Amino acid sequence: MVPLSYYLVLSGILFACGVMGFLVKRNIITIFMSIELMLNGVNLSFVAFAAHWQNLSGQVFVFFVMVVAAAESAVGLAIIIAVFRTRETLNIDQVNLLKL
Amino acid sequence: MTPNLHLWLIPILPLVGAAINGLLGKRFSRSLVTAVALVFSGAAFVMALWVALEFRSLPSVPHLESLTTWLRSGTFTVDYSFYLDQLSLVMLLVVTGVGFLIHIYSVGYMREEGGYYRFFSYLNLFMFFMLTLVLAANYLLMFVGWEGVGLSSYLLIGFFFLRDSAASAGKKAFIVNRIGDFGFLLALFLMIQHFHSLDFSSVFAAAKTYAPETAGIGFLTAIGLLLLTGACGKSAQIPLYVWLPDAMEGPTPVSALIHAATMVTAGVYMVARSHTIFERAPTALMVVAIIGTLTAFFAATIGIAQTDIKKVLAYSTISQLGYMFLACGVAAFSAGIFHLMTHAFFKGLLFLAAGSVIHAVGGEQDMRKMGGLKTRIPWTYRTMTIATFAIAGIPPLAGFVSKDEILWRAYQASWAYWLVGVVTAFITSFYMFRLWYMTFFGEYRGAAEHDHSEQAHQAHTSGHHGHGGIHESPAVMLFPLVVLAILSFVGGWIGWPGSLGGSNQFDKFLGPVFRASTPALNTAHAQGGEATPPEAETEATEPIAGHTTEIIFTGISVFAAALGLALAWLLYKHRPELPDRIAASLHGLYQAVANKYWIDELYAAIFVKPLIAISGTVFWRGIDQGIIDATLDGSAEGAREVSDNLRHMQSGNLRSYAGWVAIGALVVMAYMAWVGAGAR
Repeated sequence: MVPLSYYLVLSGILFACGVMGFLVKRNIITIFMSIELMLNGVNLSFVAFAAHWQNLSGQVFVFFVMVVAAAESAVGLAIIIAVFRTRETLNIDQVNLLKL
Repeated sequence: MTPNLHLWLIPILPLVGAAINGLLGKRFSRSLVTAVALVFSGAAFVMALWVALEFRSLPSVPHLESLTTWLRSGTFTVDYSFYLDQLSLVMLLVVTGVGFLIHIYSVGYMREEGGYYRFFSYLNLFMFFMLTLVLAANYLLMFVGWEGVGLSSYLLIGFFFLRDSAASAGKKAFIVNRIGDFGFLLALFLMIQHFHSLDFSSVFAAAKTYAPETAGIGFLTAIGLLLLTGACGKSAQIPLYVWLPDAMEGPTPVSALIHAATMVTAGVYMVARSHTIFERAPTALMVVAIIGTLTAFFAATIGIAQTDIKKVLAYSTISQLGYMFLACGVAAFSAGIFHLMTHAFFKGLLFLAAGSVIHAVGGEQDMRKMGGLKTRIPWTYRTMTIATFAIAGIPPLAGFVSKDEILWRAYQASWAYWLVGVVTAFITSFYMFRLWYMTFFGEYRGAAEHDHSEQAHQAHTSGHHGHGGIHESPAVMLFPLVVLAILSFVGGWIGWPGSLGGSNQFDKFLGPVFRASTPALNTAHAQGGEATPPEAETEATEPIAGHTTEIIFTGISVFAAALGLALAWLLYKHRPELPDRIAASLHGLYQAVANKYWIDELYAAIFVKPLIAISGTVFWRGIDQGIIDATLDGSAEGAREVSDNLRHMQSGNLRSYAGWVAIGALVVMAYMAWVGAGAR
């Protein structure tokens, strides 16, 4: 039996990797993947807790998160295509019209 | 069943005229403006006459008419109501009658001026406020009229607003009056505190329950003195008289109506109206008498050395108002009101005649440049002669009767009042005849007549009159002069004193107003064991001395008047070179008088300059700019600076946003960890 703390540490590492990727990377697609990584880090902690407490709520949450993530990736990829069509770049530093 | 006289209509009529002319007059022709102004002020006069006719058949006096409740606050209410008794009836007739005549006169006088509709609108507005003041049944409504006439006065003094002196004279009048109004307002607050009402009837009824404050100073004395402050401002008494001479910047009909005949007498009216309070405050009454006496004398001496025809009349107005205050101060209220009425006739006439003279000589106001006008403008000369003799106190004209009555009553109070009064009568007679001789006799000293058109042109640009050579005024101006001349002649006869075979009907007519409070006074005397003030004693009892003494005193005052006439004749007719030599030999004194004792300069040094300095440094730069503006500007500036820095967060760079989110999340987590650690 693997202890709960191992799962949580792994989950934290995954989440931190996602955050770092999100902050450091410039390619929109990589950033998008980092978001997925953060979501899955959280998912891991959910299922780990669900198994530990013998409570199905955590599993149900994970399904919800996965559904939302799927919807999000559909919309997100569509946005990325639209951005590429208009700006001909995927570098996030050059997509900076959202400022004062 | 008390008949309804619809008193509210009397003030409203001129207001309607003012509104029509003020709002629409710009598009009206001059004749239409004239018609509106005259119809509404004339209607008020006719209405006042009708009220006077109905007055006899009134079942109860004072007659009260309430239109509606104006203010209600708890148990304290103020009605929009009107009060008619003998006193307000006299004032009503004087204001509407003289006012209407001056409206007629203005038609001729203002014919050549711009802003014709504006002038008549203001004039009607003044009538509205003055009638409100006179007819008000409580002090608050009276105060509305009081402030309103101040406003109209301000507007009309500054009528030629392009001229700097006129604009500043208007401001001066308004600000000096404000000082007095402050006192009036405080008196109202004291009344509310002690009597819980401002209605004349309830205030006087409540005041009657108090014994006269002979020992020490109580609240009745305080109310009296504060009311007197207000009256001093409005009626141009020491120390607040300085605005009236400057007020002569206004058009002459305005000087006649507002600054001689009606508005300036509002203070006298107010003191007389509040006689119930003053009779129970002998100290306040004494101050009234002293201020009146001093003002009468002081202003008369200044009048000697003035060269501007209107300024002489202005100082004589102040002096005559001093007489009225003296009369009120010795509790001879009916004598004061009597003089108020006759003064309205002869001083209104003097101003209108002076206006006619100024009109004739093309806008010149300096008497040194007049002279010899007797044959040139005969009607003005005749009417002005009557007015001059009236104000000088030559029998049997109006001024003689009323002034003599005041002097006689003053003597009964104290010989000192009488002595100053007689000396003032002499000075009055002297400077009035000086004016008369300088204007109408001798040689014409003004610009040669062929230069006249040019001078007239210049006068026009400064807002004055004149067109061509010396000429008599048109009939529309002469008619009021003649009517007022007749009134100045016979107006005093209704108060012909008993000592000269008359019966003083005027005093008897006003008697019910002023004697109504005396029985209560005696009761208070009996109950309270307090000594009745000597002034009230004379009011209550019949004159002590016999008719012979009174006739001797009459003789003395007539002699004083004749002496003034003789002196003026000697100096300004017989030997016209003498005045300059006398002035030269009495250099210091002459300078003091000619410069009005430097009172204006004194006030400027004591009050105006320090106030301007304090306002400039402390209030403006210190409080206004330093604190109020600095607080507002500072907070705005701070907000701007903070947001200026925060703006850089909005870089548009998605990753920096994400960074801020991450930092925020870390901060929240750190906080929760810290709280959690604390909880454990």
